[in-house]
Amino acid sequence: MTDTMTGQPKRSRAQRLVVGIPYAWLLVFFLVPFLIVLKISLSQPAVAQPPYTPLIELSAGWRGVTGFLTGLSFGNYTLIGSDPLYLLSLVKSVEIAAFSTLLLLAIGYPIAYGIARTPRRIQTALMTLVMLPFWTAFLIRIYAWMNILQRDGPLNQLLTALHIVNAPPIWLAADTAVYIGIVYSYLPFMVLPLYATLEKLDESLLEAAANLGCRRWKAFWLVTLPLSAPGVLAGALLCFIPAVGEFVIPDLLGGSQAPMIGQTIWTEFFGNKDWPAAAAVAVALVCLLVTPIIVFQHQAMRAAERD
Amino acid sequence: MRKVSAFNLAAILIGVAFLYLPIAVLVIYSFNASRLVAVWGGWSTRWYAELAGDAPLIDSALISIRVALVAATASTILGTLAAVALVRFGRFRGRLVFASMIYAPLVMPEVITGLSMLLLFVAVSADRGFWTVAIAHTTMAMCFVAVIVAARLVDFDMNLEEAAMDLGAPPLRTFLTVTLPLILPAIAAAWMLAFALSLDDLVIASFTTGPGATTLPIRIYSEVRLGVKPEMNAVCSIMVGGVGLAVIAASLLTKLSAARGAPARSP
Repeated sequence: MTDTMTGQPKRSRAQRLVVGIPYAWLLVFFLVPFLIVLKISLSQPAVAQPPYTPLIELSAGWRGVTGFLTGLSFGNYTLIGSDPLYLLSLVKSVEIAAFSTLLLLAIGYPIAYGIARTPRRIQTALMTLVMLPFWTAFLIRIYAWMNILQRDGPLNQLLTALHIVNAPPIWLAADTAVYIGIVYSYLPFMVLPLYATLEKLDESLLEAAANLGCRRWKAFWLVTLPLSAPGVLAGALLCFIPAVGEFVIPDLLGGSQAPMIGQTIWTEFFGNKDWPAAAAVAVALVCLLVTPIIVFQHQAMRAAERD
Repeated sequence: MRKVSAFNLAAILIGVAFLYLPIAVLVIYSFNASRLVAVWGGWSTRWYAELAGDAPLIDSALISIRVALVAATASTILGTLAAVALVRFGRFRGRLVFASMIYAPLVMPEVITGLSMLLLFVAVSADRGFWTVAIAHTTMAMCFVAVIVAARLVDFDMNLEEAAMDLGAPPLRTFLTVTLPLILPAIAAAWMLAFALSLDDLVIASFTTGPGATTLPIRIYSEVRLGVKPEMNAVCSIMVGGVGLAVIAASLLTKLSAARGAPARSP
C-alpha cells in the first residue's frame, strides 16, 4: 500500500483527532460497558434500584477498593453451572446456530456460485438484489413468516390445495420455524462473502482441469471448493456468531419450552429482574464466542488489507 | 460471452424468490379487506386508513425517525473518521485494539450489546430515553459505516491525492478538496444504511430505552408477539417501501461513487 503519511515520525494534531475521536467513543461505549457487565456479573442481586449491590465505592478511597476485592462473588457463575436451564439453552443455541450455518452454506453456495458465473454486467445488480432484504427491516421479515407459517396461513393453504398434506401441519412454536427464520434472514450474510471469493476465482484453472480430463464435478470438488474456503469460513462466522445470540427469531417463531441463550438473557433481565445473573449469562456467551470472533476479525482485517 | 447454465440460473431464481416472496405476501395481505388471514376479502386500504387514527403508533414512528436521524448522522461522522484512520494512517499504536472494536460489533449478538450499553447508562445514572437509544445506535452503526467507507478508500486512486500535495496543498486541504468530494457518495450511502439499521433495531433499543421513547420496532414487537394483526401488515408494508427506496438510492450512490475517481484499470 502506498501511504503518504507513514514516513512521518510525528502525527499532526488533526491526525491525532481523526484517530482519537472514534477511538475514545468506542472505548467508552463498547469496551467499558463490557467491563461493567463483567463487574456486575460478579456482584449479588439485591432488591434495590438498580437491582444489584454496588461493588466499588470510589468515594471510600482505598477501603472501597479492598471492599471491592473481598465482595466479589462467583455465586452467579455457580448458579449458571448448577442450573441445567442455562446449560441446556446454551447447548441448544449452539446446536441451532451450527445447523443453520450448514443449511445456509448449502443454500447460499449455489446462489453465490450462480451469480459469480453470470456476465459481469449483471453481477452487481444481482448482488444488490440479494443484499436489499438485509437492509429492509429485520423484524418485519420475521413477522412476514409469522403470517406465512400460521395454521391457516398461505403456506398451509397451498400445501392442502396441492394435496401434499391432508391436515395442515403446525409450523410455528417449533424449531423448524426457527431454522426457516434464521436461514431467511441471514442468507444475504452468507452469499456476500462467498460471492466475493468466487468472483475472483481464476477460470483458467477450471479450463486447465477440463483439458486434463477432469470431470466438472470433480474439478469443482478439487479446485473451486478449496479455493473458496476463505469465503466459506467468513460466511460461516458471519452467520454463526450472531445466530447463537439470536433473540427475535426464536421469540417470535419458536416454542417456549427450550429457549435459546438470547431469550434466557432477555428473560433474566426483563422478566426476573436478576441483572447479575443476566450479566453472568452474557459473559458466558461472550467467552463461548470469543474464539470465533477473533478468527472473524483476523479474516476481515486480512481481507481489507489484501485488496 | 459466458453462458449461464440451467443449474446456475435455477439457483439464482429460487434464491431471489425465497428472499422476496415472503415480503410480497406481507404487502399483499396488508391490502386484504378481511381481518382473518385465511380469508381473502378482496382488495382494500382499510388497514392503512386505520393507521392514520392510531396516535401512539404515529408517535413511535416519529420517535424512531428522530433517533435514526441523530444516530445516522453521528455514526457517519465517527465511522468516516475511523475508516480514514484504519486505511490511511498505516500502523499506529493501539491499531489492533481499534480495528477489533470496529469489527467485533458487526457480529456481536445484539442482546449483549444492548445489555452492556444499558449497564453503562445505569452505572453513570443517565436518564434513559431518546438520547441513550441514539447513542447506542450510533455505536452499533458507526462500525458498519467504517467498513463501507474503508472499502471505498482502499479502492481510491492515490495519484489524485499525491498530485494535489505535489502542487502544494497541505494534507487536510487535500482531504477536504480532493478526497472527501470523491468519496461523498459512499459516505451518503453509509448514512442511509445507518439510518435503516437504526430504524429497524428492536433489541438494543429495548434495553436502552426509557419512558417516553418507545420506538416503532418496540411498538410493533409488543403488538405482534401475540399474533398476526392486519394493521401491523400495513405498518410493515409502509416501512418496507420506505427503507427499500432508501436502500436503492444508497446503492445507486455507491455505484456513482465507484465510477468517480476510481483508478484507471488496465483492460
